[in-house]
Amino acid sequence: MIETLEPKSAKSNIDDAEVARFRAIAAEWWDPHGKFRPLHQIGPVRLEFIRDELIRHFGLKSGLKPFAGLRLLDIGCGGGLISEPLTRLGGSVTGIDPGAENVAIARAHAEPQGLAIDYRAVTAEDLVAAGEQFDAVVCLEVVEHVPDVGAFLKTCAALVRPGGLMVLSTINRTLKSYALAIVAAEYVLGWLPRGTHQWDRFVMPDEMARYLANAGMSAPRFSGMVYAPLRDEWKLTPDTDVNYLASSARPV
Amino acid sequence: MANAAPNGRYDIVISGASYAGLALARALSQALEGSARIALVDRRPVGPRGSAPDARAFALSAGSKRMLEILGVWGLVADAAQPVAAIEITDSSLDAGVRPVLLTYENAVEGGEPASYIVPAGPLNDALAEVVAGDGGIEIVAPEEIASFVGDAALDLTFAGGAAVKASLLIAADGRNSPLRGMAGIKSVGRSYPQTGIVTTVAHAKPHNGHAVQHFLPGGPFAILPLPGNRACITWTEEADEARRILALDDAAFLEEVDKRFGGKLGTLSLAGPRQSWPLELHLARSYIAPRFAVVGDAAHVVHPIAGQGLNLALRDAAALTEAITDAARLGLDLGSAQALERYERWRRFDAAMSTAAFDGLNVLFSNDLTLLRAARDVGLGLVNRSPMLKQLFVAEAAGITGDVPRLLRGEAV
Repeated sequence: MIETLEPKSAKSNIDDAEVARFRAIAAEWWDPHGKFRPLHQIGPVRLEFIRDELIRHFGLKSGLKPFAGLRLLDIGCGGGLISEPLTRLGGSVTGIDPGAENVAIARAHAEPQGLAIDYRAVTAEDLVAAGEQFDAVVCLEVVEHVPDVGAFLKTCAALVRPGGLMVLSTINRTLKSYALAIVAAEYVLGWLPRGTHQWDRFVMPDEMARYLANAGMSAPRFSGMVYAPLRDEWKLTPDTDVNYLASSARPV
Repeated sequence: MANAAPNGRYDIVISGASYAGLALARALSQALEGSARIALVDRRPVGPRGSAPDARAFALSAGSKRMLEILGVWGLVADAAQPVAAIEITDSSLDAGVRPVLLTYENAVEGGEPASYIVPAGPLNDALAEVVAGDGGIEIVAPEEIASFVGDAALDLTFAGGAAVKASLLIAADGRNSPLRGMAGIKSVGRSYPQTGIVTTVAHAKPHNGHAVQHFLPGGPFAILPLPGNRACITWTEEADEARRILALDDAAFLEEVDKRFGGKLGTLSLAGPRQSWPLELHLARSYIAPRFAVVGDAAHVVHPIAGQGLNLALRDAAALTEAITDAARLGLDLGSAQALERYERWRRFDAAMSTAAFDGLNVLFSNDLTLLRAARDVGLGLVNRSPMLKQLFVAEAAGITGDVPRLLRGEAV
């Protein structure tokens, strides 16, 4: 169980082995047919959820630049797969990742496109210590790689300004997720390198809701993500058995 | 927007300012609301084709017409367009005295809207060019052509004139022999038909009442496409050697050949336009996309002109690509991202392949004189003729309003 795992570092709540695993394949972040293809494929549907939740929560005008005027934080930004779209949608984005290689790749990719993104190789804890806060914090496919989810979400919540929004995505801990996210994705289809995920670190939606409540956040809104093989596309679905997204507001 | 020297960084560069390229540039500029920098490149100056008129007329589907309305183009060609009230199909041999009509379509979709319109090529080109010229979001780069492109995070484009720019996405709308498609390493499959297409315009004594006619003759189909007034565009497919002979005739003898195939229903004929011809071929690009690259229109597929669907397919490409790119932009994705392009390819490639194969099959079925085959297709069309439901389905399909239809073809803004 997650609660029994000891954080390797009480200060940063980061698993060094996990960071090293992603660092090793960092150069492939932007290859849509490389090791990160699954992240490219779920990109549109994750962005759809973030966009629609932010528009709803903040009463934004939809269109090509809905996030104009918002200060956004992307925790675990990797190569910048989400930071770049959030910036194109008008947001003023800070992307953080503990892997310096990731941040270097993210910077190198954004710069020639003229995308001004504040990338930093720091931890969420560092930003809390610096007293920073954001209108919205997104933290995608991160909590399943973190040793102490409850403590980590408290840190994330501290980075959301009162009245702001947090958006998370992760994988449920069900038999179906074991079959699809580990056996199928890593071993049968080869979508992900073996060892990418450890099933017992997956977080169930009710656990997520409890952690968020403990962090002073509102009851989350959930949506599932499902792969439609015939269309080769991911879609939002009410079914949260495997991949799911959550949005949770910080009360004013 | 007026001609400019290419410079700096573009979001989208479109090569080829014929019908597909003009419509696509306009659709993208509208949908992206001026947030993207768009260039339209052509070897020739973009504008009215005064000196090189295009004698063709297009049978535009109801979906294509709805799209042109959204683009602000239809109003400029409406007066030159002839709604098609009905389509007659016959298949008699040349010397047959009587020409029984095999099949008549009431050519209307639900609500009585005509399922197709005949629009002469010249006014359509001029209307598209006028709308594009007045669109401040489109930079016209002409006469100029793209000499090379290479790149990953962005494309580095060089022009024949020496300029170098960057682009997120390059779209080839540069026709059936698309030089850019070749440069992208995309092969095409296809074949030539031993047939030649002949186009001309005639005036006739009696009114056509909006009836379009498709005579299936042994040499190939002979289509009479009604134009406003007592005029019609002839789109005529003939066996290649016979076509060579006919094209070499003087006007009087040429008119006699037209008259022989026309059927006497519309009275005395006279020539009312130039004649043009081109060899017929069919081809289909093996892929519609490459990294940061897509093909549309004839660069992606050339179908047999038997059903007049070439331009409709091109507009469907333009509508689908515009929607895929715009939806990606609304998620903050890079306009040339693989996600947007793969969606476009999944959407269009199957449709175009099916159309290409179907029109090819129709041509084989009708362009011959085997008695048994003639009997079989007569029975087939006779059955269709007696089934209103089946006919309605055919009309809706030809109108381009069945299946997974892009928003522009439904008459909705992207």
